[in-house]
Amino acid sequence: MILAVDTSLGTAVALIDADGARRAEVGAADPLGHAEVIGDLLVDALQEAGDGDVTHVVAGMGPGPFTGLRIGIATARAFALGRGLPVIPVPSHFAAALTMLETETTPFAIVTDARRREVAITVFDGVDADGIPVVVAETVLVRAVDADAHLDGIRRIDVTTLSASDLARVGARALAAGRTLTGDEPLYMRHPDVTLPGAPKKVGT
Amino acid sequence: MSEPLVLGIETSCDETGIGIVRGRTLLSNTIASSMDEHARYGGVVPEVAARAHLEALQPSIDAALAEAGVRLGDLDAVAVTSGPGLAGALMVGVGAAKGLAVSIDKPLYAVNHLVGHIAADILTADSAPLEYPTIALLVSGGHTSLLHVRDLTTDVELLGETMDDAAGEAFDKVARLLSLPYPGGPEIDRAALDGDPNAIRFPRGLSRASDLAKHRYDFSFSGLKTAVARWVERCEADGIDVPVADVAASFREAVVDVLVTKALAACADLGVPRLLLGGGVIANRRLREVALERAEAAGVTVRIPPLSLCTDNGAMIAALASELISSGRRPSTLAFGADSTLPVTEIQIAEAVPA
Ligand SMILES: [Zn+2]
Repeated sequence: MILAVDTSLGTAVALIDADGARRAEVGAADPLGHAEVIGDLLVDALQEAGDGDVTHVVAGMGPGPFTGLRIGIATARAFALGRGLPVIPVPSHFAAALTMLETETTPFAIVTDARRREVAITVFDGVDADGIPVVVAETVLVRAVDADAHLDGIRRIDVTTLSASDLARVGARALAAGRTLTGDEPLYMRHPDVTLPGAPKKVGT
Repeated sequence: MSEPLVLGIETSCDETGIGIVRGRTLLSNTIASSMDEHARYGGVVPEVAARAHLEALQPSIDAALAEAGVRLGDLDAVAVTSGPGLAGALMVGVGAAKGLAVSIDKPLYAVNHLVGHIAADILTADSAPLEYPTIALLVSGGHTSLLHVRDLTTDVELLGETMDDAAGEAFDKVARLLSLPYPGGPEIDRAALDGDPNAIRFPRGLSRASDLAKHRYDFSFSGLKTAVARWVERCEADGIDVPVADVAASFREAVVDVLVTKALAACADLGVPRLLLGGGVIANRRLREVALERAEAAGVTVRIPPLSLCTDNGAMIAALASELISSGRRPSTLAFGADSTLPVTEIQIAEAVPA
């Protein structure tokens, strides 16, 4: 079985068989509170999946609000560490794209909230020979009000929850094809929000 | 379970701490610090710290296991800091702890960081066990707290804390005023070496009779910082070179004086002749000197854990969980989060209710 964990939007946990069949899928839509729910969701998913060993852990790498995003990655990595399993990092938008491909014609843009009045956009068009959604425009952050102009007629699909089963399937297909979809660094898309200190402020006398 | 093997995860500030203890025996105290990444900003940047925790966790756990010579399967429990601390940083540790505990199917203990600082003391094998009650003074870049500890696992009371900056933060800010690098503590210490601690009489926060009525055990360092800033500005306005050594020594004396005075006042008021020091600022030699000297005069015994256990670390978190286990406490449920302002009275978080 392959376990997938994603906290880029809500909290999503799923297990699939090696052939892609869903064994368990649980989640919480709340875009906050990931740390509170992740443990119980993990237990619930494992229980629902029943017998069988987990062989790989897929981690949803974002984009997403940093604080929440990191929780799922930390959980996925620690779970993998506990059982000596490999971690497969997968960009979260791939999961949404795979879900949408079942019903929607491409090309389309997966659009998610990036906070600070910005959205994250990735444009997909069909799947490749490995069954992995094809990215035709890499993920970018755009001001929410500029998103439509940016997309210039490409259909936008706004996503607020995603399927961890589909995240697991993308991971399984990448694994089967010997491909790496993203690195170990979360898709932060922004630098840490800091400014270098200037001269100390005057306090006056 | 008399000697539980516990792995502790601590990510409340800028140190990723993984500790492993067996009962009261320290097996590993592995720390990865992101301090260097914060240096250019002059203070801990929460987002930078949280990113660093995520990167450092797995290698730190691997290193701790190797040093302790144990495997994850040998563990009896996992422990994690739930708070207080930086929310985003804490959450990385909470997520990892839950993932690990569920993966190896072992109980999880969510514990209080400040009480962890006290628990660090039980890992000192060669000293006699900690006696209760004790007053504890915990001073770091993130907190300045005075506690009354009647029992490590059941009864810790907050007597007072800082109303504004933590003492360590004050060191960092004053270092910047004096154009000294980050972190400020060791830099101020170095600069103070040839200084006269009595050259300038800087204010002692919340120490006037009128303040003591309401804030007998509370601290405030922002007024002190402003006083130093004024002093430096006046030198500059008058075209005088800032006597850095004297300013550093006098500032440090003001901090140390107020910390030790209030801690010993608590000892006297509550009739507790024991004082435990903890937190990273205890690395300050002058603070230890003054505390030891004045405590002796007051008939108070001072305990100071090794400095490697005074700074934030995972061993103290594991040690606290180990004591909770030994005293028969049930594990935490998995339904807890990070609590950046967790009160010190909550020693363990989300203890399971009996079935
Ligand atoms: Zn601390």
